[in-house]
Amino acid sequence: MIIYLDHSATTKPSAGVVEEVRRTMQLCYGNPSSLHAMGLDAARILSEARSTIARSIGALPDEIIFTSGGTEGDNQAIFGIWEASKRQGRTVITSAVEHPAVLRACERLEAQGARVIYLPVNRQGLIEPEVFQNALTSDTILVSLMHSNNETGAQMPIEAIGRILSEQDSAAVFHTDAVQSYGKTDLDMRRLPVDIVSLSAHKIHGPKGVGALYVRGGTKLSPLLAGGGQERGFRSGTENVPGIAGFVQAVREQSDHPEERRRHLADVKSYLRERLLEEISDVSIHTPEESIPSILNAGFPGCRGEVLLRMLEQERIYVSTGSACSSKKAGSHVLAAMDLDPASAEGALRFSFAEENSREQMDRVVEVLKTAVDSQRKLRESFGKGRR
Amino acid sequence: MKGEHVYIVRCGETALKGQNKPYFERTLAQRIRRVLSGFPETKVERSDGLLFVRTTDAVRAEDVLRRVSRVFGVDSISPAQEVDIGGTADEQALSMLGDTAVAWMKAAVADRGNLTFKVVSKRADKQFSIQSPDIASRIGGRILRECPGTRVDVHDPDVRLHADVRRGFAYVYEQKISGFGGLPLGTNGKGLVLLSGGIDSPVAAFLMAHRGMLIEAVHFHSYPYTSRQSQEKVRELAGILSVYCGPVRVHSINILPLMEQIAQRCPEEYTTILVRRGMVRLANLIASENDCSMLITGESLGQVASQTAESIVVVDQAADRPVMRPLIAMDKVDIMETARQIGTYETSILPYDDCCSVFLPKRPATKPSLEHVLSAEALLDEEAWMRQALESLETEAIRPRDEL
Repeated sequence: MIIYLDHSATTKPSAGVVEEVRRTMQLCYGNPSSLHAMGLDAARILSEARSTIARSIGALPDEIIFTSGGTEGDNQAIFGIWEASKRQGRTVITSAVEHPAVLRACERLEAQGARVIYLPVNRQGLIEPEVFQNALTSDTILVSLMHSNNETGAQMPIEAIGRILSEQDSAAVFHTDAVQSYGKTDLDMRRLPVDIVSLSAHKIHGPKGVGALYVRGGTKLSPLLAGGGQERGFRSGTENVPGIAGFVQAVREQSDHPEERRRHLADVKSYLRERLLEEISDVSIHTPEESIPSILNAGFPGCRGEVLLRMLEQERIYVSTGSACSSKKAGSHVLAAMDLDPASAEGALRFSFAEENSREQMDRVVEVLKTAVDSQRKLRESFGKGRR
Repeated sequence: MKGEHVYIVRCGETALKGQNKPYFERTLAQRIRRVLSGFPETKVERSDGLLFVRTTDAVRAEDVLRRVSRVFGVDSISPAQEVDIGGTADEQALSMLGDTAVAWMKAAVADRGNLTFKVVSKRADKQFSIQSPDIASRIGGRILRECPGTRVDVHDPDVRLHADVRRGFAYVYEQKISGFGGLPLGTNGKGLVLLSGGIDSPVAAFLMAHRGMLIEAVHFHSYPYTSRQSQEKVRELAGILSVYCGPVRVHSINILPLMEQIAQRCPEEYTTILVRRGMVRLANLIASENDCSMLITGESLGQVASQTAESIVVVDQAADRPVMRPLIAMDKVDIMETARQIGTYETSILPYDDCCSVFLPKRPATKPSLEHVLSAEALLDEEAWMRQALESLETEAIRPRDEL
């Protein structure tokens, strides 16, 4: 029996999604831009998909652009806003704990003359609104801050930051990467004070290689790709119709009893958290109270996360680690930004949950993990003592 | 001659081997046939100390040159034009050879623009009445007259055109593509290399194979303390080696049982040397089961703590057969340079642990005495760790990826 706890990396596509992708590939293979009936069939699938995705976040269909996923969405948002607004200012605000798709994109902007401010986080891994407020200037054209962090699950104070932007009457465009939050917490564009949001299908049991970008009406954005002008000119290239159909199927399944699903995730997470603290000595929890229900990050000082990962893998339990094993590789930039005890960061594991995970599974995880932690600590201790 | 490509292959040292000469040449011809087995209708023939490769003209020259030049025992290879002069009067033969040389130079000028040249000639058939300097100067004269855009330069020519006369055939050729030299694989037994995943051990294996030794490999890992990716890297390295050495059998053994025992029972400073002795003991077993008469390591004197003269003496004492250390007196930069040449460097530097740093002692003993190490080793339950380690043994034959 496999216990898969790496849902923040990717999820298993649901049976309904697989069927929907297969069906669309086989039956509706027309190009949505074709003028004949088969093109129209495909265009209809797109149009319905757009409405469904829009409805899931309280947006208008015209505000949805289909993309290849989170990385493209982040890149499109950052480069697109920069191109459209760089004459109004040169300052970009982001944080030290963003996904690499945002951090590397911002580094490219720096090479083009942008001044990029990387906000620090506190020991909880959270951005503090006051810190943001102090960084904000009239020269700021872009703010890109994630909705929730992919390593710790920390949920950022996006609403408070949006309020500051409007109080200061800032002209900056506000982008948020909500890839981890989508389906795990409410995302309602009627209330959330952001302009651009990146979403991805494969984190919610959809297919890989498809996602969406929400762009609030009136936002100035330059396209990345030149071509046939699909997606209202924002995203040229024949649309990934089967992928989009699968994405929408996943969204429909998520919107079935959403509260119940989230309660289940939160229950599994808090159960694992408690059991870890009870059963294993000296565990530190890196996930703050303000977090999405699908991620728990914990540190086991005296161990190396990568070795624990492989010990769990031997029992067919799959987790992930942000921290580094070898000194040749850089460690997790997220845990480093949180200024944790190095031993705790070195022994960090990320558990990420989905509907299929259960308390019983967590009992098994804790049992295996306890043995793994004990044996590694024992080995390290006996070794470290300089016997004789 | 039409529809056929001819290559002259020179056998380096094998030509010097006296009575063994036919055996080495035969083995070399077999090796060349094997690397060209993917090309049907290819022939490899021996004639007076040279090998001749003939392929259909559908086979691209670069494929033949690349494959043959990396066969150990090949000194160099040249694509050539063959002229059949059997039963022809010598003057007539020289004129035919001249025609071919002129055509070659015309093609070269059309391809590369104006060229300086020099004709070099060799007369292997001493029955041929025209002497080498005369052959060269008469053919050179014809090229100058008949081939516009050419000029003689005897010191630094763009083209050094060879016109060789052998019994029954003459040859025109230009480049010599160097091979690795050495001796054909299989002419010097079989050795077992301790392949770590680092830069050195693949180079050591290459150098021994270059002297005709067949190669098997043993890799020690300590999963889950080391990663699957680092084992994957060793397979990758074996794949690169197999391009030169033929399919390489890789034996993988998890040495964690030994490391755990050392951690629990022995003084920390001897960890590295005890692990290395343990690896050698396991290698003895693998070598004897697989008819490998020697072990091969990538050790280089003084490179790290476990490779000081004292450490090597202590490790060597655990071996029950000769240990070849072809890198022992090489500098690291030269080892790296060779690794780049054979194509293992980029894979070797991938950052995966080959020996988990959990087990690296803070102050390793650099000048261990055999007596102290032996008394530390006596604290181990050798029977137990060896049995546990051997339970993890996996063997796989790795083949070159471009020749599957």
